[in-house]
Amino acid sequence: MTTKLMGQGVQRVEDDRLLRGQGAYADDLDVGPGLLHAAVVRSPHAHARIVDIDVDAVLDVEGVHAVFTHDDLTGPMADPLPLLIPHPALTHGRTQYALAKDEVNYVGEAVAFIVATDRYVAEDAVGKVRVTYDVLPAVVGIDAARRADRLVHDDVPGNLGARLEQQTGDAPAAVAAAPHRLSLDLDIERSACMPLEGRGTVARWEPALDRLQVWTSTQSSTGVRAAVAVKLGLDLGQVDVITPDVGGGFGVKINHPWPEELLVPYAARALGRPVKFTEDRREHFISSAHERAQVQHVEVGFDDEGRLLGLDVEFWHDHGAYTPYGLIVPIITSTQLLGPYKPGAYRVVFHSLYTNTVIVTPYRGAGRPQGCYAMERTMDAIAAYLGKDRTEVRRVNLIQPDEFPYEHHLVFQDGRPLTYDSGNYPEMLDKIKALVDWDSFPARKAAAAAEGRKLGIGLACYVEGTGVGPYEGAHVHVETTGKVKVATGLTSQGQGHQTVFAQLVADELGCRFSDVEVVTGDTRRMPYAVGTFASRAAVMSGSAIHLAARRAREKALRIAADALEASEDDLQIVDGVVSVKGAPEVSLDLGTISVLSNPLRYAFDEASKRATQFQVGDPGKPPVAEDDEPGLEGRDFYSPERATFASGMHAVIVETDPDTAEIRIVQYAVVHDCGTLINPMIVEGQIHGGVAQGVGGALYERMAYDESGQLLNASFMDFLMPYVSEVPDGIDVDHLETPSPLNPLGIKGAGEAGVIPSAAVFAAAIEDAEGFPITAMPISPSELFELRLAQS
Amino acid sequence: MKPAPFAYHRPRTLDEAVALLASEPDAKVMAGGQSLVPLLTMRLAGPATIVDVSAVEGLDTLAVDAEGVRVGAMVRHADVLASADVRRVQPLVSAALSHVAHPTIRNRGTTVGSIVHADAAAEMPVVLAVLGGSVDVVGGSGRRTIAAADLFLGLLESSLAPDEVATSAWFPALADDAGVGFAEIARRHGDYAMVGVAAHVDATAARVGYLSVNDVPTVVDVTGVDPADAGEAALAHLAPGGDVHASAAYRAQLVRVLTARVLREAHEHRQSRQGAA
Repeated sequence: MTTKLMGQGVQRVEDDRLLRGQGAYADDLDVGPGLLHAAVVRSPHAHARIVDIDVDAVLDVEGVHAVFTHDDLTGPMADPLPLLIPHPALTHGRTQYALAKDEVNYVGEAVAFIVATDRYVAEDAVGKVRVTYDVLPAVVGIDAARRADRLVHDDVPGNLGARLEQQTGDAPAAVAAAPHRLSLDLDIERSACMPLEGRGTVARWEPALDRLQVWTSTQSSTGVRAAVAVKLGLDLGQVDVITPDVGGGFGVKINHPWPEELLVPYAARALGRPVKFTEDRREHFISSAHERAQVQHVEVGFDDEGRLLGLDVEFWHDHGAYTPYGLIVPIITSTQLLGPYKPGAYRVVFHSLYTNTVIVTPYRGAGRPQGCYAMERTMDAIAAYLGKDRTEVRRVNLIQPDEFPYEHHLVFQDGRPLTYDSGNYPEMLDKIKALVDWDSFPARKAAAAAEGRKLGIGLACYVEGTGVGPYEGAHVHVETTGKVKVATGLTSQGQGHQTVFAQLVADELGCRFSDVEVVTGDTRRMPYAVGTFASRAAVMSGSAIHLAARRAREKALRIAADALEASEDDLQIVDGVVSVKGAPEVSLDLGTISVLSNPLRYAFDEASKRATQFQVGDPGKPPVAEDDEPGLEGRDFYSPERATFASGMHAVIVETDPDTAEIRIVQYAVVHDCGTLINPMIVEGQIHGGVAQGVGGALYERMAYDESGQLLNASFMDFLMPYVSEVPDGIDVDHLETPSPLNPLGIKGAGEAGVIPSAAVFAAAIEDAEGFPITAMPISPSELFELRLAQS
Repeated sequence: MKPAPFAYHRPRTLDEAVALLASEPDAKVMAGGQSLVPLLTMRLAGPATIVDVSAVEGLDTLAVDAEGVRVGAMVRHADVLASADVRRVQPLVSAALSHVAHPTIRNRGTTVGSIVHADAAAEMPVVLAVLGGSVDVVGGSGRRTIAAADLFLGLLESSLAPDEVATSAWFPALADDAGVGFAEIARRHGDYAMVGVAAHVDATAARVGYLSVNDVPTVVDVTGVDPADAGEAALAHLAPGGDVHASAAYRAQLVRVLTARVLREAHEHRQSRQGAA
């Protein structure tokens, strides 16, 4: 029996190709002769009415093939972009047009679309379009949105897109009746996904076939396909959407369709030439999506031990100029805020507000970092108030292992009850304390203080609902060569899906790992799919692939039992060979079984002769049985009742410079539970990447908008993603495995986890080092210095 | 992020380069391109003509003798940084160069290009200013030497005429009784510093240069001032501003902290050299 690959740190099969520069991203694709390149005229104003667009000067530019403005768009293309996730509370949802109609609402909004022989000429032409604007006052930041003395959209009073309240118990009463009460006011600023590869789309219209092919850097190829078909007035069957290699997504590419994802195919059909758009970095800053910005107010009542008797939270969420992705981010904040704790009563109210800035859609963590920040800042405040150890205040509030499934009586982002499926939070707390040597830290801190150095330690805990529905599917096909071709519809953007999905297939089917090839995000191979977001790929497609592989295995055993005249129960499949247990010489390889599975009229090679009409089959029966299909395949779908809940706890030790206020990371530790591990190496890679991104969000990155809505740091020179020199030298990781009862493998998602507690854990550590509250994140040395000045 | 059209010339001789600069309107010299190319691609600069001097003969010489270090216009930062002779004759050059961006940029970027780009956030203009070095230029009206004190006019503005090209920079050797120090604080390793400080001390004088504080690299004479107080004294000659990375008050704090650190380092350096002598 070969070793199960589940749980093994199998090397990623993707990396050799990608690290050698052999990846093929959207911009690398040469989809045919006559390829044209697009550039976009973008609004230089945060808020303005468009008085006139004069394109005359562009039409004479050599190499320019077309200029589109809103006036040139017809049919559904002239309508606003879809509001992807409607919600009853989103009473004032608004989406932009593919090209602005009459008004622009953020710097970077698409106004005109130019198609030219190359991107150089297209950009030259962009500079020659004369747009006359009537500039309006801009609404920038949550305070301005709340003041509402200026409106983003004239027909949205108070700049309020939505107000949503959820509660369990009577939180205000519980707070009022509690022996101790605290209130906190917290801020968290904007950041953004910043994948190495920005957005990119290529399209080819084939007039002879009446078909459109679109290659796009997306997290949902089926979503883009449906949107393109609707907007271009095509049947779904006329549109293929193929996801090439994607250089990172982190959430921004789950929003769709982007204007360019529609304009590129629209122009390709209009011009009869393939068209490509590749977003540049400045465009990514000002015309993709941001996240995180919230202002939060917490009222909490607790007992002498720090038990949460009542938790009453109100927050204001900056969703930018439009709401294509609905209320997903603030809903996640409002529900996932609770983390591993069980307050006696909870109420949360959020206000989702318009501002004249780039739209807000999910960015890795998707509202959870903000929720974790509110909850964990509250825990630390309670501990400080009671003079208790921060871990002890958390411990008395933890949901216990025997309380699962734990029902919060709230509605989660998938419209289903917020019910935790499994976990072991007390053991996790023990593990993180051990990993960071929590109990000896006070002595370490005191020793440093004696040398004039400032050390601080922080802890933050989270629970993450992963693997939301509605479903994913998989198709497993054993070819006559014995190679196994696997397709699932969700997309990959660096996670290692080819590796982990092949592990699952090898284990369940019994084939060799190296014989498995996995294709993701190609609507030609799997037209039913949802997408890669919410840490759902392993849970959803992993489960579907496991089930599909099981179906292929069952069929292989059935055919082999017949051919070998053995009982299915006596057969095993090892390394792609089916054999009788205890009699390995009685065997058939999967390739041969694949031949036998498909009754043939025509032989095409030696092996296939075995399946032809004069070789096999009972002449008294149909070649393919009534309840059977030709081919050695398995196809299945996985659609869980609800999400599965992963969890984790992070601790960090920082040192702050007494003179320069520089913040140095001394140690970073993570305990993580994503259920049964498929590939611990890949999970640790996800954690490392998440922590690095979290360091950026907590200590370096912010979107520096000025009052007029200009983004002042829209380049990698001034938007400070951490380099390798800014992230911890090493990250101590420990795992806990509490399998999910909701799927066959016990898997929970792991993709987003590493970034969730960053703002909370760094705020806690810096607060501990400095001795005064940290209520606004991210924090820079300059800001820490200013806080010190304000304290003194 | 594609540059606007421009004419491109890659002359082989200085005479050719100077002639092009004189005849082509709105021409810009390019050496390593590490500052210019980003400006071009972001269309923040759009010269009609680029005169690429990378093929001009005789500009790639790094000459070090007892008098000092002469860096040719096409000598890359990385080559200056790697030179043990440079480190021995004028250690401030090497100390500062290790803070210039990242290895990939130092492999292409030139020290002279960085100086005449006159970015007040760059390290090498300040080093030239603190050491009292100079830049040799050649133009339509012949050759001349511009002292560092006369080189930096304003934000990204040097005193080179439009038809002049810098051929070399000169850093005088460190005298036996002198010491130097350099430090900067950047948000990330290799970024432009929020504040950087270079110091030169000898038996009679102490000079401190500041980057990222004023619009031009600024040298302040702090002779006779205790290092602990020198930053505060220097602030009388400086006007630190605020931006998205650092408030004005924080920059002033960094001036205080770094001035003390760097002056002490320079004094210790001087003492260690005298001890060794």
